Amino acid sequence: MGILVGEETRAIVQGITGTQGSFQTKLMINYGTKIVAGVTPGKGGTKEHKVSVYNTVEKAVKNHDANTSIVFVPARFAADAVLEAIKSDLKNIIVITEHIPVKDSIEIMAMAKKYNATIVGPNTPGIITPGECKLGVMPSSIFKSGIVGIVSRSGTLTYEIAARISVKGMGQSTCIGLGGDPVVGLNFVEVLKMFEEDHQTKAVVLIGEIGGNLEELAADFVNKKGYSKPLVTFVAGRTAPPGKRMGHAGAIIMGEAGTAQSKIEAFLEAGVEVAEKPSDVTKMLLRS
Amino acid sequence: MASILKLFEHEAKTIFSKYKIPTPTGELVTSSSRVLELASKINVPVVIKAQILVSGRGKAGGILYANSLVEAELVAKKLLGAEIKGFKVQSVLVEEKCVIKRELYFSIAVDRSNRSYVAIASPEGGIEIEEVAKVAPKKIIKFFIDSLLDFDLHQAHQIAKKLGYSGSQMQNLAMILLKLYNVVIDFDAELAEINPLIETPEGTFIAVDSRIILDDNALYRHPEFKRRLTENGKSEFSTLELEAHKKGLSYVTLDGNIGVIGNGAGLVMATLDTIQLFGGSPANFLDVGGGASAEEMASALNIVFSDPRVDVVLINILGGITRCDEVARGILMARGRVNFLKPVVVRLMGINEEDGRLILKEGGIQILDSMEEAAKKAVEIAKTGG
Repeated sequence: MGILVGEETRAIVQGITGTQGSFQTKLMINYGTKIVAGVTPGKGGTKEHKVSVYNTVEKAVKNHDANTSIVFVPARFAADAVLEAIKSDLKNIIVITEHIPVKDSIEIMAMAKKYNATIVGPNTPGIITPGECKLGVMPSSIFKSGIVGIVSRSGTLTYEIAARISVKGMGQSTCIGLGGDPVVGLNFVEVLKMFEEDHQTKAVVLIGEIGGNLEELAADFVNKKGYSKPLVTFVAGRTAPPGKRMGHAGAIIMGEAGTAQSKIEAFLEAGVEVAEKPSDVTKMLLRS
Repeated sequence: MASILKLFEHEAKTIFSKYKIPTPTGELVTSSSRVLELASKINVPVVIKAQILVSGRGKAGGILYANSLVEAELVAKKLLGAEIKGFKVQSVLVEEKCVIKRELYFSIAVDRSNRSYVAIASPEGGIEIEEVAKVAPKKIIKFFIDSLLDFDLHQAHQIAKKLGYSGSQMQNLAMILLKLYNVVIDFDAELAEINPLIETPEGTFIAVDSRIILDDNALYRHPEFKRRLTENGKSEFSTLELEAHKKGLSYVTLDGNIGVIGNGAGLVMATLDTIQLFGGSPANFLDVGGGASAEEMASALNIVFSDPRVDVVLINILGGITRCDEVARGILMARGRVNFLKPVVVRLMGINEEDGRLILKEGGIQILDSMEEAAKKAVEIAKTGG
């Protein structure tokens, strides 16, 4: 159970022979993730951690019945790699790569829409359904199978909160990083809907940050449709000055848009709980 | 990087000229003695515009007018070298003053929630679009651009028509918008804005002010702008920010006295917020990223330790793949190197945590179990002055 990735996931790794790709592939396999093939143009026919490497996504998908891709390809070549995955009819594509130009991401998203594919990221730590499947770079020891669904725009802040949830014995159903870039595929509203339908998920944590308006859209969704499961949020960046990128390319207040205050107010208006500090999230979950 | 890469107005206008977007006749001047040489090129009256990368320079006295070039020389002399909104004016743009019939707004921007480019137009030019959005949102015309189809002339015509133009004026306006889109695509811009785009009494259009922001992740495709991220005086960055960028660190200068270092953008932001929640004030944002080595940690600490405003440093490392012993060694190495005598508070979690704790303990550094405790401790120290 959980959402997007699980026991049924059969993944290929694009960029499997790179330093990051290779290192993370080993960790994912150790976790029990079904990595069925890898792709690196020019390295077809070789093996990486006993996984067959192909020159093209099409061949890898065809020979191994893959349904998901995780992308570690360097930024300059990442767009082409993702477009190849989309055109090979993969429906879930997780893009770990950071520093992809926005123009490339926009093209990726337009193509994904046309082919009805879900892009997670770019610049995401990935997705983990504890005990079943890890497609990402998160430290697996922090996560325990359980009932809380987590969706976040940040990596380490998610680990901070997930670790406490594990310690308190609640565990996580699925934990999803949306990615720190200004233009990302999967968004909060889509994930909230998926968690609502997932039987394993009994409560949801949403971790937002400054920049853009994905949090406001999530608040608006809850305000209009209501939400059937307890929902706790945290928004990072109350102290962030306007016009500065705070680490993530997408964490920037432009003029007066994208402030933490605007997001917090939107959630409060929708009747959604907002934690003041990360440690309050678990306290609120235990109360609900 | 903690940067956004803005181009100067004159750079944006040079690009516009290449794309045949009409701009006022003008010249960039770095020395006021050159102003009189412009007599053959520029008609009076003129406008003298300070080339600085902050918005609101008009209100701050950065845009002045002159009725003769003699007067313009005096104005340029006054502006050059002056400080406006904290930025030193190193060059001014001397331009013919345009006669305005109507001011419009045009831009192509990235729409994050629609995951596309968007063309934005408004009949209320000359003021910031955010202002228009607040007082008269209905006046803003927005067209999302499908990047698989590109921006086409038909859409551009629609926008020009909505602004109330027809015939050749409508055609000309649409062409300007289309060219602006080409600028965005060709230069990997996150924003290209003309504000105001003026209509003259003769019915022509001129881009009087302009703003271009480039995507720093795409600079490998535009090497001519690459050095801008680390050059003095070519950006809005503080000295420490430039220093950090050279080392590839994500650093932002803030106002307070508590230095902060952590790994991961969200975690560092949350650490700053927690400090403020406890009544303290952070001096900076610094994200060392995942898997930082002792060397990387030391180079990050050098930046924070060299900031004279900092009274105490809070380090918050939550590692999955980060080795705590490496981090600990890096902290001690950097402290010794810059002879930093002020207190350091650490929260450390990850691989080899016990080793890391031991190393720090021996170095006389306080280790706390959670980021909240660590933040509280740092605020306490900052208040009592160490």
